[in-house]
Amino acid sequence: MAKSKNRKVDIPSASLADIAFLLLIFFLVTTTIASDKGIALLLPPKPDPNVEPPDITKNQRNIFKVNVNSSDRILVEDEPLQDISKIRDMVKEFVLNFGDQNQENQDLINSLSGAQRNFVLSQGRKPDSSDSPGDAVVSFKTDRGTSYEIYLGILDEIMGAYDEIYGDRVGLTAEEFRNLDKSDPAQNDVYSRAREGIPRNVSIAEPTKIGE
Amino acid sequence: MSKFKKKASTSQDIPTASLPDIIFMLLFFFMVTTVLRESDILVEQKIPAAKELNKLERKSLVSYIYIGKPKQSDMGAEPRIQINDRLVQPTDIQKFVNEEKDKLTEVERDQITMALKVDRDVKMGIVVDVQQELKEVNARKILYSAIKRIDR
Repeated sequence: MAKSKNRKVDIPSASLADIAFLLLIFFLVTTTIASDKGIALLLPPKPDPNVEPPDITKNQRNIFKVNVNSSDRILVEDEPLQDISKIRDMVKEFVLNFGDQNQENQDLINSLSGAQRNFVLSQGRKPDSSDSPGDAVVSFKTDRGTSYEIYLGILDEIMGAYDEIYGDRVGLTAEEFRNLDKSDPAQNDVYSRAREGIPRNVSIAEPTKIGE
Repeated sequence: MSKFKKKASTSQDIPTASLPDIIFMLLFFFMVTTVLRESDILVEQKIPAAKELNKLERKSLVSYIYIGKPKQSDMGAEPRIQINDRLVQPTDIQKFVNEEKDKLTEVERDQITMALKVDRDVKMGIVVDVQQELKEVNARKILYSAIKRIDR
């Protein structure tokens, strides 16, 4: 009896670390850290066959046209363009033009941030650009033969331009604006303050069928 | 000299008793973050880069559609659509979306998001065909998957 009491009953645990290492390496190798990021978009609803499509009677000056053909050549406002990163500033300039001199526009300008107001008063108010942010429409048209990379690149710039306008207005960066949590009342308030009076009017037209 | 001798007699072992604990901690981290691939990707996926990325809020509401050139050369060189584990025709998308919607509760059905993972060499034609099908089944929230571009 005395003998058995003295016997050690430890389980050898020297290999524990090795086993854990093995598992660790397995999970290290199989892990793909989820990268579900991208450009969100809401598609327009399916047109109702019983309802006639409305006649669009918008002034040319209120439409900012971006066309891409099947060989990926870009036409912005009927001028060829090579560098798509320029589209961002052009869109911002177009949306914040306030060509119309009415009271509504004046109120909207007063609600902008200081830097934006200076920008509008110094460079905006051109008669040949958009009347107000509410009227401004960015029209983006591609061909079926346009490559997806170009399409996404331009969409990125257009969306980025709007996000920067909204962000600037409430003193955030474009990224901070995008990451606002709309379920939180305080952040939702900031969000609607940024969006108010400046709708994101981006029209993505049905592509032409030349490049197929 | 006697000073040095004294020092040499101290033990030089690093205590390794906490090593398994540390390894286990790492192990649990990777176990928790690991998402095992649910489907094999049959089409090429070189995801384009963009700057203005939105994050997906709820993964359970997301379904994936992959578009790209088939990896196997006997499937042809034209871009194809992959859902789940198969290459499909655009007409099969409606059925797929309805199946995915059935997995969700009544309230969540309208919030279903389709993540389009499209290869950068694909032409717009096939992407538009997919979007047309999504409009038909009223799955209008889409996300063009992209990776973050660092340059400025």
